[in-house]
Amino acid sequence: MGGMLWLIVLLPLMGAAVNGFFGKNLPKPAVYAVALGSTGLSFALAVLAFMELVAMPADARVVNNVIYDWITAGDLNVAVNFLLDPLSGLWMLVVTGVGFLIHVYSVGYMSHDRTFWKFFSYLNLFMFSMLMLVLGGNFLLMFIGWEGVGLCSYLLIGYDYHRTAAAVAGKKAFVMNRIGDFGFILAIMLIFVVFGTLDYHGVFSQAHEKLVAGGTVVTAITLLLFLGATGKSAQIPLYTWLPDAMEGPTPVSALIHAATMVTAGVYMLCRTSILFNMAPFTMTVVAVIGCATAVFAATIGLFQKDIKRVLAYSTVSQLGYMFMACGVGAYVAAAFHVMTHAFFKACLFLGSGSVIHSMGGEQNMEKMGALKKHMPQTYWTFLISTLAIAGIFPFAGFFSKDEILAETFGSGHTALWVIATVAAGVTAFYMFRAVFLTFHGKSRVDHEVEHHLHESPYVMTLPLIILAFLATVGGFLGIPIIEGANVLHNFLGPVFAQGAEHAAEHGGGHSLELELGLMGLSLGVAITGIALAYYFFLKNPAAAERMQKSYQGIHTLVFNKYYIDELYDWLFTRPIVRASREILHKIVDVQIIDGLVNGVASFFMGLSSVARRLQSGLIRDYALTMAVAFVLLAGFYLWGGR
Amino acid sequence: MVLPIVDFGAVAPELALTVFACLLLFAGVFLKENGRAVNPWLALAGVLVASAYAACPAEPHVSFSGMYAADRFTQFFKLMFLLGTGLTILISAKYSDDERINHGEYYALLLFATVGMMIMAAGSDMIVIFLGLELLSISLYALAGYTRMRAESNEAALKYFLLGGFAAGFLLYGMALIYGSTGHTGLFGIAKAVSHGSPNYTLLTIGSILLLVGLGFKVAAVPFHQWTPDVYQGSPVPVTAFMSAGPKAAVLAVMIRVFEQSVAFMNVDWTAWITVLAVMTMTVGNIAALVQTDAKRMLAFSSISHAGYAMVGLAAANKGGISAVLLYMLVYTFMNIGAFGILALVARKGEQRTRMADFTGFAYTNPGLAVVMTILVFSLAGIPPMAGFIAKFYIFMSAVEAGQYFLVFAAVVNSAIGIYYYLRFTVYMYMKDPAEQLPPLKASVGLLLALVISLYGVLRLGVAPGPYLEMAAKALLSF
Repeated sequence: MGGMLWLIVLLPLMGAAVNGFFGKNLPKPAVYAVALGSTGLSFALAVLAFMELVAMPADARVVNNVIYDWITAGDLNVAVNFLLDPLSGLWMLVVTGVGFLIHVYSVGYMSHDRTFWKFFSYLNLFMFSMLMLVLGGNFLLMFIGWEGVGLCSYLLIGYDYHRTAAAVAGKKAFVMNRIGDFGFILAIMLIFVVFGTLDYHGVFSQAHEKLVAGGTVVTAITLLLFLGATGKSAQIPLYTWLPDAMEGPTPVSALIHAATMVTAGVYMLCRTSILFNMAPFTMTVVAVIGCATAVFAATIGLFQKDIKRVLAYSTVSQLGYMFMACGVGAYVAAAFHVMTHAFFKACLFLGSGSVIHSMGGEQNMEKMGALKKHMPQTYWTFLISTLAIAGIFPFAGFFSKDEILAETFGSGHTALWVIATVAAGVTAFYMFRAVFLTFHGKSRVDHEVEHHLHESPYVMTLPLIILAFLATVGGFLGIPIIEGANVLHNFLGPVFAQGAEHAAEHGGGHSLELELGLMGLSLGVAITGIALAYYFFLKNPAAAERMQKSYQGIHTLVFNKYYIDELYDWLFTRPIVRASREILHKIVDVQIIDGLVNGVASFFMGLSSVARRLQSGLIRDYALTMAVAFVLLAGFYLWGGR
Repeated sequence: MVLPIVDFGAVAPELALTVFACLLLFAGVFLKENGRAVNPWLALAGVLVASAYAACPAEPHVSFSGMYAADRFTQFFKLMFLLGTGLTILISAKYSDDERINHGEYYALLLFATVGMMIMAAGSDMIVIFLGLELLSISLYALAGYTRMRAESNEAALKYFLLGGFAAGFLLYGMALIYGSTGHTGLFGIAKAVSHGSPNYTLLTIGSILLLVGLGFKVAAVPFHQWTPDVYQGSPVPVTAFMSAGPKAAVLAVMIRVFEQSVAFMNVDWTAWITVLAVMTMTVGNIAALVQTDAKRMLAFSSISHAGYAMVGLAAANKGGISAVLLYMLVYTFMNIGAFGILALVARKGEQRTRMADFTGFAYTNPGLAVVMTILVFSLAGIPPMAGFIAKFYIFMSAVEAGQYFLVFAAVVNSAIGIYYYLRFTVYMYMKDPAEQLPPLKASVGLLLALVISLYGVLRLGVAPGPYLEMAAKALLSF
């Protein structure tokens, strides 16, 4: 089965090629069949491969499948090889599984779109890139996937490119990601310089020989890798593109900007955990940035009016949790949260898409309300997922978030733990605010829209139901306390075993009482958040307005996202645009480069005309040229030295 | 009567081709007009049989009293020639029907030319090499003028013949001088005489230069290239496709044998000559291609520049360089004949439409073929992930390893120039609307088959060149 890894990766690419090249002329069902067939088959193969992996002995769960030698140039040897181990296996399942569901959903969501074949082609291409990123067995393949998902993200955010906002958002996402990618490229180069190889196995097995723990080199490598991760996974300071990315169609937000692509940074950190464990400084940076992002984004989520933006900030915030987990060495917890988050966040996004679809494109929650009776399936699945993200027992988010908090506390990062716990309360508050504003209370829906309200078709609600189900039970894979029941820990553990000393130092064996206490505490915080949301947005909306009035300053600051976009604009964008226009464009481009290019072009064109004139067409001229050339060559030898 | 023991194994592909060529000639006598459709397939059968023989050779050895090498190097080239000939036959099938040149002779000449190339690649004696070269040349002269009714075709044949004869003079004279100074015509004998004996170095060097001029003419190296655009433009399109790939590879094979192996040890820096020729060839070929408005003529100049790139590998004069040349010519065979095949289709009957402008709107009338053409010209321009990139990459690599940085610099600049005129195809095909209404073009089975093979080669060698690289590297082992 390991031999089929390449097929899992390649199938979506073939789907993308077929729809991309021929989709325009294919009937609609054929486009769907190609898109869904390729991802569905890929998912089925992924399940088979995963089962095979599970059947292997616990400490030997690695399949390294070398397809062929790709680049052989001097010292650089890169193979195309796919690596399946518990870590990549988990991601592979999430990517193909959730990806397939979102493809199904898109059939309903994009049914009115004119260029749906293009949409599905991009979506399939994304699946290919993401699987390449996850299953690639060396840094270069990961980088290809990394760039590929970035490209697809850009294409899909700007899918509706007639709208300026969408086009601008796509551009912003691309530029922000480029900054991160630059760090990643530098990290790859540095790794090659140090190790002489880019293969995971080669790098990780030599890590302890070639690098000094805590040394400058490993710190530099990991910091650069983390810079790459902050771009792709929307962490401070590069997070601002993700909320804007909501301009893309909602299935895209669900798949790329919630469930899979944005977790690529977490995957990269988990994959390179051996290096990160050797760089304590970087670990601290990761934990602090993750925690800061978690609380920062959560507070912005408090006052957003656009339902998708609320979800976007909550994604940024949840990603912050995952990075914090990585930063304290709790990689398993991070991976666990990636999985549960994929379920409930995809469900939330698709639910919001269902609402938006029904509302005829309206995304402002102030114009919704009381939608519960119109769309019961959407409501219930949305509610379940909200409970999950809020961390209510026994939904999936409870277990994964609790594990992150417990590990943070257990590893002695008390300050981070306090902040993250508060952020969890904030999360519960704003997520339930969204639920109450959208589905409960009085209807604020426009009259014209009101009688169009309808539940979405099955092709859309079925993925919702499946995802809601997963968001309910997904957490049971990581039940704490009972030693043997933590399936995920036992499964993923061996991947991180090599670098586990760090984690084992602090965490691991905290007592039952402590664990239960922490659980109770986080549950209490979450319930408080929900209760507050209930009070302010259902029971007594006037209180919310009063609060808002009395803290006008803070509200304005947070509502405007702390003016970070404006700050970046003022600090970076404007000076760069200005310098580009005044210096790069007017002087460098127009005068130097254009002058050079045009000069070179006209120079060669001139030469070309001369060459053409030499081509007289007369045989005697040609023969003469040959003879003269011989004389010159021979003369050069006889008289011109040797 | 005692029959001499003949090593048939060493020449089996050549014999097979000869037999089929004779069959074609005989068939021409008996076949009626409507039976001639069988000609291309008969020729193709010959190519396949010869390929089967070439694919499974005996242990590397030298036969016919040291005059004929049957090694992996020869095998690589033989298979490459057969590939080129096969592709040419495929794109000729429809063309020869349209132009009413579907005679057995046409295909027989293609097969004889191939035999000539094989003899050149296998020859380890100057006399044998010359025989092969002449067999090839005479076949090509006739092929160039095969569309007798077109004045350009006649002009091409006559020019090629006269200048070819002139060049053969240089070649023979060079061989004579080398023989005079070393006392050998066999390449091994010459090598031994050069490294151990005390040959007359002046004679040897002048002889080598003369040899270089003769071979340079055949491979269309600047400044011995001027016949190329005229001949390529006048010849029937499939013949141009044929001439641009196989024969050049055959001459390069001879150059490798003679210069890398035989006179390599003389006390003159012969790589400097090749370096000069390579730089001039790349530059002049590319620059002249820039202003061409005729696609056929443009591809002629482009083929000159490609020979220049290949010579970079020759000038690098290391193992990597030589195997890179082999790979380069293989890739070039795949991509160039495919591109010419599409050109033959676009040119329509009587080759009335070979201008770049005739590709206008091709993407709207034939989107599938336009994509294929785009891939092929991208490959010619050396854009990854097409094979053209890989081929160039290894050539440049070898020159870097040899420390020939100037050569690499020149080659890279030239690749950049080349992109301009290759991309003009895409500009015409995609970015301009078709100006006039013409009857739709439909690719024949043969053309489609040829394009599938070309595409396979271009993408396979571009994405996963591993096995082919190994083949090219192995070809040198039994040198």
